[in-house]
Amino acid sequence: MTDYEILEKKVKRRDTVMRAVTYAGLALWALMVLFPFYWMALTSVKSYSAYNSEYIPQFFTLSPTLQNYADAFTAVPLARYFFNTAVFTVATTAIMLVVTTLAAFAFARLEFKGKNAVFVLFLSLMMIPTELVVITNFVTVTNLDMRNSYLGLILPSVTSVFYIYLLKENFEQVPDSLYYAAKVDGTSDFKYLLRVLVPIARPTLITITILKVIECWNSYVWPRLITDDANYFLVSNGIQEIRENGFGRENIPAMMAAVVVISLPLIVLFLLFRKKVMEGVSRGGTKG
Amino acid sequence: MKREKSDMGSPRGWLYLLPAILFLGVFMVYPLIDVFIYSFEEGYNFASQTYFGTGTYNYSYVLHDPYFLQAVKNTFVLVIITVPLSTGIALLISVGLSSIGPLRNLFQTVYFLPYVTNTLAVGLVFMILFQKTPYSDGLVNLLLSWFGAGSVDFIDGPWGAKMFVLCFYTIWVVMPFKILILTSALASVNRDYYNAARVDGTSKFRIFRKITLPMISPMIFYLVITGFIGAFKAYSDAVALFGTNLNAAEMNTIVGYVYDMLYGDSGGYPSYASAAAIILFAIVLTITCINLLVSKKKVHY
Repeated sequence: MTDYEILEKKVKRRDTVMRAVTYAGLALWALMVLFPFYWMALTSVKSYSAYNSEYIPQFFTLSPTLQNYADAFTAVPLARYFFNTAVFTVATTAIMLVVTTLAAFAFARLEFKGKNAVFVLFLSLMMIPTELVVITNFVTVTNLDMRNSYLGLILPSVTSVFYIYLLKENFEQVPDSLYYAAKVDGTSDFKYLLRVLVPIARPTLITITILKVIECWNSYVWPRLITDDANYFLVSNGIQEIRENGFGRENIPAMMAAVVVISLPLIVLFLLFRKKVMEGVSRGGTKG
Repeated sequence: MKREKSDMGSPRGWLYLLPAILFLGVFMVYPLIDVFIYSFEEGYNFASQTYFGTGTYNYSYVLHDPYFLQAVKNTFVLVIITVPLSTGIALLISVGLSSIGPLRNLFQTVYFLPYVTNTLAVGLVFMILFQKTPYSDGLVNLLLSWFGAGSVDFIDGPWGAKMFVLCFYTIWVVMPFKILILTSALASVNRDYYNAARVDGTSKFRIFRKITLPMISPMIFYLVITGFIGAFKAYSDAVALFGTNLNAAEMNTIVGYVYDMLYGDSGGYPSYASAAAIILFAIVLTITCINLLVSKKKVHY
């Protein structure tokens, strides 16, 4: 063998080892991510008595049961929590889309006095953490007598300056000529927005819809402050309630069944729209 | 761009902005002003909406409250541990991801899952994995016993053990976003640089240090800043693991303290809550400014 061949072989072997280490590391993290999901699914199909007699946790079960799922829907108002969350998510997202689209259109396309000043003001609001405004909002909503109501849940969660900014940037990419052509045809601004801009900006609208849906489905803090009547709990508050007063502290399999049911919708949504969700989050997500 | 003059000053633009301005005005601008006012009103009574006087008593009360000091300590420990660790691990994973071909999509999909899960719900699973009950020592303790370690109660036990679980879960939750951002940053580095370096016979590690790292440094920096801000506002992760009574568990965070002051068993003090929230905002602002100053020296744009 020539020196070159020995060297080449050495490099090849090192590459193979590096590859193996890389895959092992990646697999390890995948295991860390998936294991809690496996454990929650597994525990949710163990029977109450079987679970509590396991001093040493078992990694699989031979006698799965769906009883826990039945318990989750009958012993606590899980369906009610689901319904509330669905109403909250749909209404908040819908109102947000309307408000955001109108505002983005005004900033991107219309000319009026004070536009730039208002836009700068909007941008500066992006820096304000919700923690700072939640206190007054709590007082406002309490004084308006909107505690334990859908309105009280929805209204303060509607606006997001960042989405207005994202959509405005998108609207501005649409060539001016389209707008003037529409004007010549006698199309009103509103019709132009609805018929031309909204279809063109659909990808961005889908992105912000997905982000808002994830945010709504997982929101916990505001709903906790503003609801103490279980009839208006969202799933996050529901799960906390279940943990503290639900099935009795020890019925962990039933709790896990509830957790599976709560986690499933977003996971399914994600698997269906994987590309869209990941793209959306990398454009505008902030969790972490 | 020129628009016909009649357009200028027409109220149409304001009409389109009206809903956004109404929402932002009522639920953001007004509260922002109000929170400062609250924080200086002493002895504010929530029921009658009256107060005795104005001054800085609320701040001094909060700063002397042992629960607040505990919360500050917890938050700082959480930030100092989780931000560097999660960014570092995410960088390792992203570099690994971009070096492989097969299974890459699968791994990416799996890694993203925590992002779309409900923090409260999955936190319950972590609690069960770590908890020690009379019926069972729990799974993590089983693993520990395989390595010959004694069992620890991670949920109701010593402060260090609880902090460990909180950090672990926080990292688990924030990882998807960081991996996503870093893999797309790595993918956008121009291939030509790598090819040029390879022709020169540069080692892989050197390529990473001298080319990759500087190229993606703006994104790393972005993640560090958002990471700091996010970790300072930690709250629901702690609730998910230790329940709503975080003060009793010695696991409260600054945001948790604000909410507890506002509402709940110890609540009804919006003035104290406001003062604490403003202190938090000041801390976050200071840290972000320091970050920006450091980045001026370190980040290549």
